Amino acid sequence: MKIAIVDYGAGNLPSVERALWKLGAETERAIEPKQVAAAKVIVLPGVGHFAAFVTGLRERTLTSSLRAAFEAGVPILGICLGLQAMFASSEEAPGEAGLGFFPEEVRALPANVKSPHIGWNQLRRVRESALLREIPGDAYFYFAHSYAAPASAAATVAACDHGFPFAAVIEQGNLRAVQFHPEKSGETGARVLRNFLESMQ
Amino acid sequence: MTLARRIIPCLDVDAGRVVKGIEFEGLRDMGDPAELGARYNREGADELVVLDISASFQGRATFLETIRRVAEQLNIPLTAGGGIRKMEEGRAVLLAGADKVTVNTAAVERPELISELSQQFGAQAVVLSLDVKRKGDSWEAYTRGGRDATGLDAAEWAAEAVSRGAGEILLTSIDRDGTCSGFDCELTAKIASTVQVPVIASGGASTFQDFYDVFVKGCADAALAASIFHSETHSIAALKKFLAERGVPIRLSR
Repeated sequence: MKIAIVDYGAGNLPSVERALWKLGAETERAIEPKQVAAAKVIVLPGVGHFAAFVTGLRERTLTSSLRAAFEAGVPILGICLGLQAMFASSEEAPGEAGLGFFPEEVRALPANVKSPHIGWNQLRRVRESALLREIPGDAYFYFAHSYAAPASAAATVAACDHGFPFAAVIEQGNLRAVQFHPEKSGETGARVLRNFLESMQ
Repeated sequence: MTLARRIIPCLDVDAGRVVKGIEFEGLRDMGDPAELGARYNREGADELVVLDISASFQGRATFLETIRRVAEQLNIPLTAGGGIRKMEEGRAVLLAGADKVTVNTAAVERPELISELSQQFGAQAVVLSLDVKRKGDSWEAYTRGGRDATGLDAAEWAAEAVSRGAGEILLTSIDRDGTCSGFDCELTAKIASTVQVPVIASGGASTFQDFYDVFVKGCADAALAASIFHSETHSIAALKKFLAERGVPIRLSR
């Protein structure tokens, strides 16, 4: 099964690809809507600015094919900005619409903590998680972000705290998303990706 | 749930080889960057920094190839830089596989470079490399590998760089670099209390206690060292165990 990695013109595709290859997965870069439409599994990676992400998707006319894939039940994994793009909007880019799979707004980390939140942090499990299966409760994950979705989002299965409790892992139906970078989180991160691949079979 | 303090080995690279200088002068060959990177990845490093210290034009192309070779070995974050003057050069470094890019000399000459990189790639991808020397009660920023004094107060320049979108500060004490006399904790604490972004302390690491001190007294978010790891004087695992036993939040599992 080939995994379509959405290429919206930014992001860190090579490290995500390499991490998936190491697990034996095949990948292709999805640049055109027909590739997204044909995909059986989609990964939405991301670094950078929310506005660059959503306009990148729009310019490549990928937005509606991603929405169609979501409605058709195709498994989608969002990473970092890819998680944030699944929400309705972000304080980082007022007026820009996200994919809207979840209704909440992504918020800026508050001024009383160091921002960006950069480094290895632990999670607070909220409920049973497919992505975190067999990963110890005290494991560390690598984060690098200045915005985050509130942990109150209904799909949150694990939260992290930095200024406010935010959604670190999201699972709902065919949607999976992580605010940390599994491709940069050592063996623990590789296990998250393996859990994603296994849960899709 | 705590954000762990990071231990970051640094590879200074010249002509595709890892070298180590003392107080920014005098070089010694320390090995192949990809091999060293793979070893640190395996041994539990939290991140890796690769700095291009070559001055020549050929050195630049070799450096991008080095980033590619090192990135292939890692499943931890990679920061790279050295001599980056333009946004396109920053982009090339990121496309070669780095997650963050460091800027120093060119950012002092043209601070807009920081804003441009940050707008394009996000603050989390832009690291201000700040090389400083003590000057009375404060510190002065230096460029060109520690050769040129800028007249800029280190704390003021750090604050401006952050306001322009730098997401991290890699802070090197030139006075301590390569001297094995410990990090300058006073300097690190000063910069860490000035800016609301993570500060990586560098320069002078020798003993496990130096790392403890820079985290506890220096309020550093991360500590960087080169020669003590290359020469296998200290293993990263043993250092992390030392710190964890003394209550410093550290990532022990891989």
